[in-house]
Amino acid sequence: MKPPLPNIENPPACCRGGLFSSILPLVLFGFLCLAWPRVVQGDIFAVQWAWVPSLDLDLAFRLDGLGLLFSLIITMTGFFVTLYASTYMAGYPHLGRFFFYLHGFMLAMLGIVLADNLLLLFIFWEATTILSFLLIGFNHESTDARESARQALLVTGGGGLFLLMGILLIKAAGFPMGLSLLAASGDLIRSHVLYPAIFICILVGAMTKSAQVPFHFWLPNAMTAPTPISAFLHAATMVKAGIYLLLRLHPAMAGTPLWTGTLVIIGGITALWGAIQALGPCDLKRVLAYTTLMALGVLTLFAGGQTVLSLTAAATFLMVHALYKAALFLAVGSIDHQTGTRDLEHLEGLLKCMPLTALAVAGATLSMAGFPLFFGFIGKEIMYEGALAQEMFPVFATIATLMSNALMTAVAAVILITPFAGPPGGKLSLVCEAPWTMRLGPAIMGTLGIIFGIMPEWVSANLVQPAVFSIHPDREDIRLVFFHGINLPLLLSILTLALGSLIYRHRILLRYRVETFMQRLWITTPVLYQRALEAFLSLAGSFTGKIQNGSLHFYLFVTIFTMVVAVGWPWIFHIPAALVLPETVGPLIAFGLFAFILASTGVVVTARKRLSAIGGLGGVGSGVALTFLVFGAPDIALTQLLVETLTVIFVSLVLLRLPPIDAVQKRSCSRTIRDACLSLGAGLVLTTVLMGVLQVPLDRSLTAFFENHAYLAAHGRNIVNVILVDFRSLDTLGEICVVVLAAWAAVTLIRRPKEG
Amino acid sequence: MQSVILKTATHLMVGLMLVFAVYVLLRGHHEPGGGFSAALLAGTAFALFAITEGADQVRRAIRIRPAAMAMTGLAMAVVSGLPALFTGRPFLTGIWRHLNGFSVGTPLLFDMGVFLAVLGAILSILLALEEN
Repeated sequence: MKPPLPNIENPPACCRGGLFSSILPLVLFGFLCLAWPRVVQGDIFAVQWAWVPSLDLDLAFRLDGLGLLFSLIITMTGFFVTLYASTYMAGYPHLGRFFFYLHGFMLAMLGIVLADNLLLLFIFWEATTILSFLLIGFNHESTDARESARQALLVTGGGGLFLLMGILLIKAAGFPMGLSLLAASGDLIRSHVLYPAIFICILVGAMTKSAQVPFHFWLPNAMTAPTPISAFLHAATMVKAGIYLLLRLHPAMAGTPLWTGTLVIIGGITALWGAIQALGPCDLKRVLAYTTLMALGVLTLFAGGQTVLSLTAAATFLMVHALYKAALFLAVGSIDHQTGTRDLEHLEGLLKCMPLTALAVAGATLSMAGFPLFFGFIGKEIMYEGALAQEMFPVFATIATLMSNALMTAVAAVILITPFAGPPGGKLSLVCEAPWTMRLGPAIMGTLGIIFGIMPEWVSANLVQPAVFSIHPDREDIRLVFFHGINLPLLLSILTLALGSLIYRHRILLRYRVETFMQRLWITTPVLYQRALEAFLSLAGSFTGKIQNGSLHFYLFVTIFTMVVAVGWPWIFHIPAALVLPETVGPLIAFGLFAFILASTGVVVTARKRLSAIGGLGGVGSGVALTFLVFGAPDIALTQLLVETLTVIFVSLVLLRLPPIDAVQKRSCSRTIRDACLSLGAGLVLTTVLMGVLQVPLDRSLTAFFENHAYLAAHGRNIVNVILVDFRSLDTLGEICVVVLAAWAAVTLIRRPKEG
Repeated sequence: MQSVILKTATHLMVGLMLVFAVYVLLRGHHEPGGGFSAALLAGTAFALFAITEGADQVRRAIRIRPAAMAMTGLAMAVVSGLPALFTGRPFLTGIWRHLNGFSVGTPLLFDMGVFLAVLGAILSILLALEEN
């Protein structure tokens, strides 16, 4: 980690395009706000266009409570992140590309949460995978960024394939692709024989996207991306896609012991694993990444539950987390931007220099720790209620929630106290506050954390209840209140704060314990991933080395050998019928041409100089072309002759650069004999096949058709050309595309790479 | 290549070959020829020119980059298929107009597209080989 290098001048630099493009998420947010009151009343906005009806794939979009909750989070975070990035990213190259990816990602994310068709959802799902790959690898000159991007792509893309399998299984089982229709046939799906397979496929898709153990490792590594991207992708939106999928499929698939048990166990383990590791790293962004793991685990745990309480906990904590995590990521980015480092060991006493950022961080961390009056407190209460009410493993769920919340409290204290407390040392005293575009997001989201905490009834009526109602059949009123009276959840909240402060005190010891424990683990999934990738690459390398060894002679040998065997073997059984010389004999001149071709072949084979070999090849080609002319095919003859001419020119341009034949190592005798046998075999097979073809009477109906129609329909007397440019012009179009592509490939191979 | 005979012959021949290429291109609909043969012919002419005068002279003579030429050709071929779409017929159906016994149709544009695409491909390989 680099030492601090304060950004003293605080340049007013700002990417204007980025600044203006923040209007897009703002406008979308405005539209959602217009629809909001209607959605709260229970209305649903739906539009549908047919796209591929035969695949049951429609462009169907539907805005209900759950979709609204997610869309509001996405567009709001999108707005702040764009605004933030317009300053943070100023000076980076390829900014147009950056904002294009960013907005594309946001739209794809909106597509996921608004799609009312599973296949459509999958398309947007893959779009977010690809765009996140591009965003994580945005600093493409850094090896770290490239590897993290590849890791994220392989893990989430692989999970995407599982999701596709799950969707196709649902389709194979005869269920509709429309999500609202699917929700109505929940009982049939749950009792279907394919249900376990469908569940596992969908689960793997959601687990990889939402970074659940054991697929969690890509998320902390993806922190190599620029901070706005981390904030947007990995705090507020993309990793929530898996949670969204689980919630959206809740009415269709949840309620079985398989669903509840698996999700509670996986979610609990992920929450604990992420929370424990969050204490370890010194890099503030990695710390935040691990706390995201914890949040995702908790969300998965509550998505597993069947009760209204459990889903309420999920929806509430989703908001809590989105608000504080995006604010923290952006604030950490500001610290990084202003001081030049985000290493906890180098940061101290920033309170004086960056008071506004400190205030925003305080708001966010207190919400994260779950202090009373903050939204996080409400979230924690409802989480404990939900955990205690789980149908399966309530004790495990409660303990996992309690322990991870306590750890979160400690981590929140680390994030708040370490960088800001104490006197600013050395260069850090020169640091100044970040520009307003970078402060606005954390400030507003931090403030929302406390506003929501003071008026939870409004939040539950306008955000949580519509969301839960859209995925749960029961219509019992959901009310989040500030004070429930003295009960078990309150006691657990107090216990959390106590445990948290205890952990904070002993964090250094705990960090050491965690590190030694991690070193003792003999195998972990990141290591497994690394080994599998290396093994795959070396396998591919050795395979490529064998079949693409660079010897043109080898390629030709394999190609011709395959042709001889594949054609010759079945042909053997028919040869006797074919071995009859055709009765018609060509004009006398044909024999002369035949002798000429034979002589030219002799020249090629025995040539001692490359130039004479090329000349011989040209002779063979011209001989063949003249043969065409003699037998009445002037078009082919013309083209062949021209091709031969050009080929000779091209080949001589290449071959004349090579060393003379004599200088090349003398070929072994056995190889020459082998090649000669192969050539003779190829000639034999082709000749006999052609003789066989001549035995069959020629079908002239096509010729007759073209003769009759070429002039009448296509106004041309040259049938060959009319076929090329009119009757079969689509084929020709494809062919010229191939020609141009081949030329491009050849040019790329010919050009020497630029020096340096 | 420094050879007076080759140089003089080339200067005489290149123009003739190019004119002949245009002739072959245009006569293709009724007699042997067409866009592909014409492109090979023009390519040979430019190859001769490149061998005697160098790749730079060829670049100067053709004015646009070979890749751009190839792309123009592909675009022309695609565009020639569009008029049919407007009259409700399948893509690339030939549309003809008759003026005083002289017929002009979209296949001519298509053939010119083929000519440019193939010539562009040949030239880009040729120049890359010459310049290396």
